[in-house]
Amino acid sequence: MSAYKLMKGNEALAEAAIQAGCDAYFGYPITPQSEVLEYLAREMPKYNRVVMQAESEVASINMVYGAAGAGFRTMTTSSSPGISLMQEGISYIAGAELPCLIVNVNRAGPGLGTIQPGQGDYFQSVKGGGHGDYKMIVLAPASVQEMADFVYLGFDLADKYRNPVLMLSDGAIGQMMEKVKFHEYKRPVVEKAWATTGKPKTRERNYITSLFIQPERMEVHNLKLEAKYKKIRENEVRWEEIQTEDADYLFVAYGLSARICQKAIDIAREKGIKVGLLRPITLYPYPYARLLELASQVKCMLSVELNSGQMVEDVRLGVNGKVPVEFFGKMGGMLPTPEEIVHYLETLTRK
Amino acid sequence: MVYHKPSTLVEVNMHYCPGCAHSLVHKLIMEVVEEMDIQEQTIGVAPVGCSVFAYDYMDIDMQEAAHGRACAVATGIKRLMPDKYVFTYQGDGDLAAIGIGETLHAINRGENILIVFMNNAVYGMTSGQMAPTTLPGMHTTTSPDGRDVSFYGAPIKVSELMAQLPGSYFVSRQAVNSANAVRRAKKALLQAFKYQQLHKGTCLVEIIGNCPSNWKMTPLEASKFIDEEMVKTFPLGDIKVPKPV
Repeated sequence: MSAYKLMKGNEALAEAAIQAGCDAYFGYPITPQSEVLEYLAREMPKYNRVVMQAESEVASINMVYGAAGAGFRTMTTSSSPGISLMQEGISYIAGAELPCLIVNVNRAGPGLGTIQPGQGDYFQSVKGGGHGDYKMIVLAPASVQEMADFVYLGFDLADKYRNPVLMLSDGAIGQMMEKVKFHEYKRPVVEKAWATTGKPKTRERNYITSLFIQPERMEVHNLKLEAKYKKIRENEVRWEEIQTEDADYLFVAYGLSARICQKAIDIAREKGIKVGLLRPITLYPYPYARLLELASQVKCMLSVELNSGQMVEDVRLGVNGKVPVEFFGKMGGMLPTPEEIVHYLETLTRK
Repeated sequence: MVYHKPSTLVEVNMHYCPGCAHSLVHKLIMEVVEEMDIQEQTIGVAPVGCSVFAYDYMDIDMQEAAHGRACAVATGIKRLMPDKYVFTYQGDGDLAAIGIGETLHAINRGENILIVFMNNAVYGMTSGQMAPTTLPGMHTTTSPDGRDVSFYGAPIKVSELMAQLPGSYFVSRQAVNSANAVRRAKKALLQAFKYQQLHKGTCLVEIIGNCPSNWKMTPLEASKFIDEEMVKTFPLGDIKVPKPV
């Protein structure tokens, strides 16, 4: 499959899941991501894979727990309110160290909000939306191509670290149509000796649990998780830079905002403002170190988000006061035009 | 015939209170697994409640589910491994309160799993609060004046409710408060495990469990309480049996 296809982000994601060898998908309809369930309901049976519409997102994520615990490559997708419902299950999955892929096609909130795109779930995704000390690897696609590519990457990282991976997309990336190519994929061989597949006489029983009632044992488990997250922070930071070589100013934006910022860069540069973009691809782990490096080069950073200012806190953490970090955002499913972003940037250049 | 502890039970002391039904029912399930020689094909799902540590005692692969979600977890396991024996082990708080949605939908889909439903009419692990199955007038820590049916409704008869769904294949309510009752409970569990081979739907075996600690009774008084009070609301016996072909 090397030819380009024209597909919706949600459909590209679904097709990539099939090609990545996803054994099971459990989901529940919610706009703007219902195409994933629809696509897989149609296609998965052709490959003898399991696809099921659950009675709720709570049930979906717990079905994922069961299937992932049995060692199968498992995925669920939803949008913001549904992802909120899954948070308990995600915490259990992280605690029990089960590899799986969860996709949030972010819509604007809070509450029922709107079905239009948003990035208001940043904190929930990277700071731990569920209870307890845990982290997910969080991937932020900015194109239909990445909606597909990050499925393979997400599954592989989940298996590599025995950890849930979240893909944080949004309603625009999920709904828009772009060209996409499904690359050849070689699935890494990962032994899942811990899976509950039935206990033969030759090994001890396997059990999947997040319960360690004695504090001494719980602490050991917490420290083990922390060591894993440290390894993830050391090895898996990913980002993209656009025109940062000569930049005096820096946009920091992910997903849809980053797409809008790319256009804003062209407009600003025509006006003589040398601006670049750092686009975090992993929101956890976050590219703090690279931001700190760039802080010695640029005069100011501008975090552009579709929320009230969430990722900007991580930019400030990374930069640690070295340069001013400003925020520009839109909420409610409204999108800024590139011109609006440039206009705001111009006010900063005059400071 | 010489009595022996099933080899499928782990050699450790259980944490259950004296006179508690859990240890007995754990043993019965493990006897069935041993007799059917299906240790390698059996995956259990433990709940949140007193039996949260079931995997410490049953020498089989198990998963510990979030509170109430055992049937969803079991669905995930069974759909990927349809030829394995999958069972959940859930108390009345776990199954009948927080998890009744997952339970009802799993049964409605006719998941080929066995649900072992331990009903002792109270929340055991959190030490004796009212459950959806608490008897009318029964005193618990959260119904200190007795369960007021006009305020909380009547106890949910889970087995009768689930037997209504076409997805349920075999539904039986048993107890383990006498030697005869234990034999009948064992028979129901054995039958339910065997039915899984047929892929005909969900089996639900409800066990009216003794909870002397939270009932504030001696083990003997608790056994008597089941015969004299619990069975009035929860009559024992098979509730749904497969129709002969």
